Amino acid sequence: MDFSLTKSHELAQRLFREFSINEVKPIAQEVDEEERFPVETVEKMGRYGIMGIPFPKEYGGQGADILTYAMAVEELSKVCGTTGVIVSAHTSLCSAPIFEFGNAQQKEKYLPKLNSGEHVGAFGLTEPNAGTDAGAQQTVAEKKDDHYLLNGTKIFITNAGVADIFIIMALTDKKAGTRGISAFILEKGMPGFTIGKHELKMGIRGSSTCELIFENVKVPLENLLGQEGRGFGIAMKTLDGGRIGIAAQALGIAQGAIDEAVHYVKDRRQFGKPISSFQNTQFQLADMQTKVEAARLLVYKAAFLKENKLPYSVEAAQAKLFASEVAMEVTTKAVQLFGGYGYTREYPVERMMRDAKITEIYEGTSEVQKMVISASMLK
Amino acid sequence: MKIIVCIKQVPDTTEVRIDQKTGTLMREGIPSIINPDDKSGIEAALVLKEKYKAHVTLLSMGPEQAELALVEGLAMGADRAILLSDRAFAGSDTWATSLALAYAIKKIDYDLILCGRQAIDGDTAQVGPQIAEHLNLPQVSYVTDIVKEENSFKVKKVFEDFSQSIRVKTPCMITVLKEINEPRYMTVGRIFDAYNEGQVERWTINDIDMDPALTGLKASPTKVKKVETKGAKTAGKVFEVDAREGARLIVEKLKEKFVI
Repeated sequence: MDFSLTKSHELAQRLFREFSINEVKPIAQEVDEEERFPVETVEKMGRYGIMGIPFPKEYGGQGADILTYAMAVEELSKVCGTTGVIVSAHTSLCSAPIFEFGNAQQKEKYLPKLNSGEHVGAFGLTEPNAGTDAGAQQTVAEKKDDHYLLNGTKIFITNAGVADIFIIMALTDKKAGTRGISAFILEKGMPGFTIGKHELKMGIRGSSTCELIFENVKVPLENLLGQEGRGFGIAMKTLDGGRIGIAAQALGIAQGAIDEAVHYVKDRRQFGKPISSFQNTQFQLADMQTKVEAARLLVYKAAFLKENKLPYSVEAAQAKLFASEVAMEVTTKAVQLFGGYGYTREYPVERMMRDAKITEIYEGTSEVQKMVISASMLK
Repeated sequence: MKIIVCIKQVPDTTEVRIDQKTGTLMREGIPSIINPDDKSGIEAALVLKEKYKAHVTLLSMGPEQAELALVEGLAMGADRAILLSDRAFAGSDTWATSLALAYAIKKIDYDLILCGRQAIDGDTAQVGPQIAEHLNLPQVSYVTDIVKEENSFKVKKVFEDFSQSIRVKTPCMITVLKEINEPRYMTVGRIFDAYNEGQVERWTINDIDMDPALTGLKASPTKVKKVETKGAKTAGKVFEVDAREGARLIVEKLKEKFVI
C-alpha cells in the first residue's frame, strides 16, 4: 500500500495549482456575480490538456489517469466551484460514456474535439418528473427507417447553454421500464433541438444550467450510444464515474475554504491578538482539515479503483456522500470563522458555502448515495 | 534551426524567509523553480519552434533534483533535455560552470543558445556571456525581442532608458529578460511523457571530454570571503498626525540620528 503521489502526479498538481491561481481565481467572483460562463478559461484549459485528462492520446486525450483528472477538478474547485464542475460534467458525463460505450466511429468523431476543449460536453438524464427516480423517463425516441425521432424535455443540464455534444437518455420502448431506455449522442443545432430556460441558481452560478427541448429531432441511427435498451445502465455507470468528479469538486471547495480561513485568522485581530491564537479557532481548523483529509483519501481511492478497472461504484458513492457533506460543514464553519466579514461578498467563503450545497444534490443526492452504499451491504 | 536553452533550478525566493537569529536563508520546504528569466528563455525558444520548426534542447548543470526543472521544460514543449551532473562540478563558480556548459554545448548541434539574463539566487548575469566567450560566439544580452532572418537574428536589447536594435549572425548566444514573454504552462500529457519515457538524459564530466581540473571548486577563481545578510529592518512606527506635526516629528527624528 502506497499513499505517495508519483512525480508525474506531483508535477501535474503543481500545474493545476498554478493555473487555478493565475487564471481562475482572479475571475471567480465576477463569474459568480455576473452568472457568466467562463469561456476564456475553457479555451485555456483546452490548450493545456485539462479538458481531456484521462483519455488516450489516440483520441486527442492526455493519456493521464483518473486520479490526475480528480486532482485537476480539486485544484480548480479550490478557487472556483463553477470551473470545477464545467470540467467534471464535460469529462465524466460526456467524454467518458463516449469513450467507454461508444463504437470506433463515434470515438473518432467526437473525442478529439471534446478532449481539446474545442467542444464542450453535457449529459441529459434528469426530467421534470424523473429526478432521483431516473427510471421514470418520459423523453421518447421512436425508431423510424433511418433515424430515431426524439421528443421530450430535460432539465437542470450542466454546461447545456454552451455544449456542442450531449449524451441524452430516452425511451425506445415505453413498456420495458428501465430496459426500454437508450442513450444517444446529440449535437448542438440538430433541427428541433433547442436550449430552454437558463436556471438561476444559489451557487456555481457561472455554470450554464438549462433545460433541453426536443421537438421531433431526427437523430441518425449511428448516434445510438451502446445497444438499444442499455441506456439506463450506461447512465448509471456514467454517474458512478461522475461522482468521483463531484466528490473532487466538493473536496476542492472545502480545502479552498480552509485555505482562505487559515490566511484570515492569522491576520484578523480581536482582543489584541490574532484570532488564530484562540483555541476555538485552532480546534475548528483541526477538525475541518482532518475531515477534508479523510474525504481526500476516499476520493483518491475511488479514482484509483476506477483507474485499475476494479469495482468502484460503492467507493465513488461513499466519496461523494462524505466529501459533499464535509464541504457543506467546512464552508459553513469557514464563514463562521470570518464572522460578519464571512457573510459579505468581500470575501470568497460565502460563495464557497453556496457552491458547496449543490454537491450534496447533483449527480445523485446524498440520499441516493446512501441507497447505493446500503444496497451493496444488504444484498 | 536548432536551439539550446540553458536553464538553472533555483529556490523560489519569493517564498524564502530569513532566520532572524542566524541571518541565513530558511530553505527548508521552499519549492524549487525554473529561474524566471530562464523560463522566458524556454518560452522564447518554443515561440521560434512554432514559427520555424526549431528543435529545442534544454541544458542544465546541477544536482539530481534539477531533473524537475528539465521535466517542466519538456512538459512546456521542449524536445530534448540534458542534465549535466557530476561531483566534479561541485562548488563551481560562474566561470567553472560556464566552461562546463560550453564543453557540453560543443557536443550538441546548434544555431542559437538562449540563456536567461540572470538567476534570482546569484544575480550575477555572468554565465550566459561567459559561455559565448568560451565558445567564441557573438552575443547579445538583455534581449526582449527576437526576429529570425536568413543567417542572423534581429534583436532588441534594452537598457534602463533606451534600447538598441541589433543584428547578430548565427550561431550566437542571446540572454533574455523575463519581460520578453509570458511563459506558457506545462500540458498534462507532456508531464506524464517526460517521466514515463525517462526523457531527461544524464551527462557526466566523461560525456563532455572535460579535464576535471578545469571545473569545480578548485578551478573557480571566485573566492567567497564572507557571506552576511543585511540587518533585518524592524517594523517602522506609524504616526497619525497632521502635516505640521508630521514635519516637526521628522525634523526631530533626523536630529536624533544626527542626519541634520
